[in-house]
Amino acid sequence: MTLVLDEAGLALAAPDKARAINVLPGLTDRIFRTVAYAAGGITVAIMVAVGLFLSLRASTALRVAGFSFLTQRAWAPEHQIFGVGAVLFGTVTIALIALAISLPLSLGTALLLSEVVGGRLRGVLVTLVDLMAAVPSIVFGLWGVYFLQAEIIPVSQWIATSFSWITVFAVTNADGSSATDASAFTSSAFIAGIVVGLMVVPTQTSIMREAFTRAPIGEREGAYALGATRWGMIRTVVLPFGTGGIIGGTMLGLGRALGETIAVYMIISPIFDINWQVLKTGSNSVSALIALRYGEASDFGLSALMAAGLVLFVLTLIVNFTASSIVARSRSGAESDG
Amino acid sequence: MAESAQLTLEQPRTTLPSITDADVPEGPRRGVRGYTPRQLFDLFGSMLGAVALATLLFGWFLPLDGPIGWFVVAFVSFLVLYALMVRTDADRQEVADRVVTVLIGSAGVILIGALVFIVVYTLTRGSEAMFHWNFLTQTMQYAGPLDPLSVGGIMHAIVGTLIQISIALVITVPLGIGTAVYLNEVGGRFARFVRTVSDAMTALPSIVAGLFVYAALIQAVTKERSGLAAAIAITVMMMPIVVRSADVVLRLVPQNLREASYALGSSRWSTVWHVVLPTARSGLVTAVILGTARGIGETSPVLLTSGITAALNTNPLSGPMISLPLQVFDFVRSPEPTMVARGFGAAAVLLALVLTLFLIARALGGKAPGELSDRQRRRALEASKRDLDRFTIRANRAAPLDEFEPPASLEKVTA
Repeated sequence: MTLVLDEAGLALAAPDKARAINVLPGLTDRIFRTVAYAAGGITVAIMVAVGLFLSLRASTALRVAGFSFLTQRAWAPEHQIFGVGAVLFGTVTIALIALAISLPLSLGTALLLSEVVGGRLRGVLVTLVDLMAAVPSIVFGLWGVYFLQAEIIPVSQWIATSFSWITVFAVTNADGSSATDASAFTSSAFIAGIVVGLMVVPTQTSIMREAFTRAPIGEREGAYALGATRWGMIRTVVLPFGTGGIIGGTMLGLGRALGETIAVYMIISPIFDINWQVLKTGSNSVSALIALRYGEASDFGLSALMAAGLVLFVLTLIVNFTASSIVARSRSGAESDG
Repeated sequence: MAESAQLTLEQPRTTLPSITDADVPEGPRRGVRGYTPRQLFDLFGSMLGAVALATLLFGWFLPLDGPIGWFVVAFVSFLVLYALMVRTDADRQEVADRVVTVLIGSAGVILIGALVFIVVYTLTRGSEAMFHWNFLTQTMQYAGPLDPLSVGGIMHAIVGTLIQISIALVITVPLGIGTAVYLNEVGGRFARFVRTVSDAMTALPSIVAGLFVYAALIQAVTKERSGLAAAIAITVMMMPIVVRSADVVLRLVPQNLREASYALGSSRWSTVWHVVLPTARSGLVTAVILGTARGIGETSPVLLTSGITAALNTNPLSGPMISLPLQVFDFVRSPEPTMVARGFGAAAVLLALVLTLFLIARALGGKAPGELSDRQRRRALEASKRDLDRFTIRANRAAPLDEFEPPASLEKVTA
């Protein structure tokens, strides 16, 4: 490192004026900076290229479809009739069901890991949950198709008959009579939602757990000293401090659930209509649509698929950015001192 | 100020009780953890009651069948019974506390049980195919869907996965870690932009990454699916994950270590190479391995780009090259039971690969930056002892000042 001091400034030595320090980086430093800059530049170039390419190709289809792209349910780009109305509805339905399954499970498990168990058991369980985040989605898909489907259909049937007065739980045939046959319940959004839900639980749990363990010890002990039970302490200290983590973790899970492809693709039977009856056969999702139609797509069809992918990307982007800003507000991980 | 200083010299107005050890009453230490017999009785009693009740109700009153239905009924009746049991000798607060503890515990049991079950289920069903050695050493080239499990295997898919992930790693690791170093050590306005973009790209659905490569590379340039296309799709998906987690790891390197290095007069590069990267080594390795596990397991980018083949293809530049997750997907599309068994076998191999990677990551990482293993600490101690010896010898030489050599550069001391 070469330090060139401004000699004139040094000689004058004005007492209330800071010395000018000019640092001339050496050769290795200049190379290092250039290489690091290049690495950052290339990474950003790749990512921006993906975004730009998607938007450019998608714009061809979007210009034809206009705003009806978001509402049109059918998918026939060869006839210029296409839109993500049905698939987007399916995507959101599956993600919401996944959330309904994963939220109580992850909240409970995160509290269990941060508040109830301790010592070695906690370490083992935390590792186990983290490990599950790495399990490939195709494994979840296999389990959903070959195990869960058969086991969950009786439950679906029971919900459908007992709660048929709630519109989303009712399962009706084409003529409006309620369906009871098991085949009406296979490959539903409900089953896909459960599988995706289990898939996102580990991510949610670890974010929530981290937020909970950061609840300050002073407030915890204060609550105990005032005579609170453990639940009282959790309710008044841990949960308020962990709100950011709960919301952020849930939304990150939601982002992953929205983009999940292969498990959904394996389970649902694709339809291009809005199906409010979540327990009934047939649903769809944007990513399943892409996996289903990319092979036969013409140039224009591919552009339409890009547009669908872009809509999904924008959706997950909004969800993820909201989530990370909420998580970031609840902690200050930007700086750390040793 | 002077007044307050005088005030402190006066007699203190509050009397502090003087506590000596003798004043503290000695007593047995109270246990605050664990369960009393009564609590255990509540817990197991209501469990037993719930099981009995569910079995009784089941099939008689409720239109439910299947083990999941039984479980739901048993669980709900357990909660009710438990609340009633606790209520007999405790107040409302305690009832709420105990019921919530049970709820939290059961969430954990259900979740971890379900996740472990998924893994065990896959491994058990996969063992049928895995017991045939040919499953790991042959390809599916000469094996049809009706052939027994003793013919054919997934060697081509394993090789394909390894080739694709290696190409992806060769691109991702230098670029990803380089970018993370840039974000943390160089910084500036452009770095903030890079960070925002890579955060945004973690939201890119993996199928869209596949679609991008399919349209931009396969349709426009190569006109055929190949291992390289699949590797690039995996790279596009993995890169933001690795950048982000490496960024987090480098951020955790204590700032005062960097400052100490600069204070010793080292340059930026030698600070990065000798201080920052070694301190964050285990975390970086963990970040890369976890990214690899994600990249190996992801099916959707490969689905569009690699193509499906039953033969071994070691050339990533031409011809389809299948990988493990895609092979699983392809196997289970067939209704033949042997093909489904092969699918589970391939899934078990994939799972074993991912779990091994994870365990390696756990063994290497999981430590805070700068935390050393015993062996590393011994080595560091030996190195400093050698340095000390060298300095003492040099001082003992008592060389005249103008011939005094400056100590070896920082590089040599730490090497």
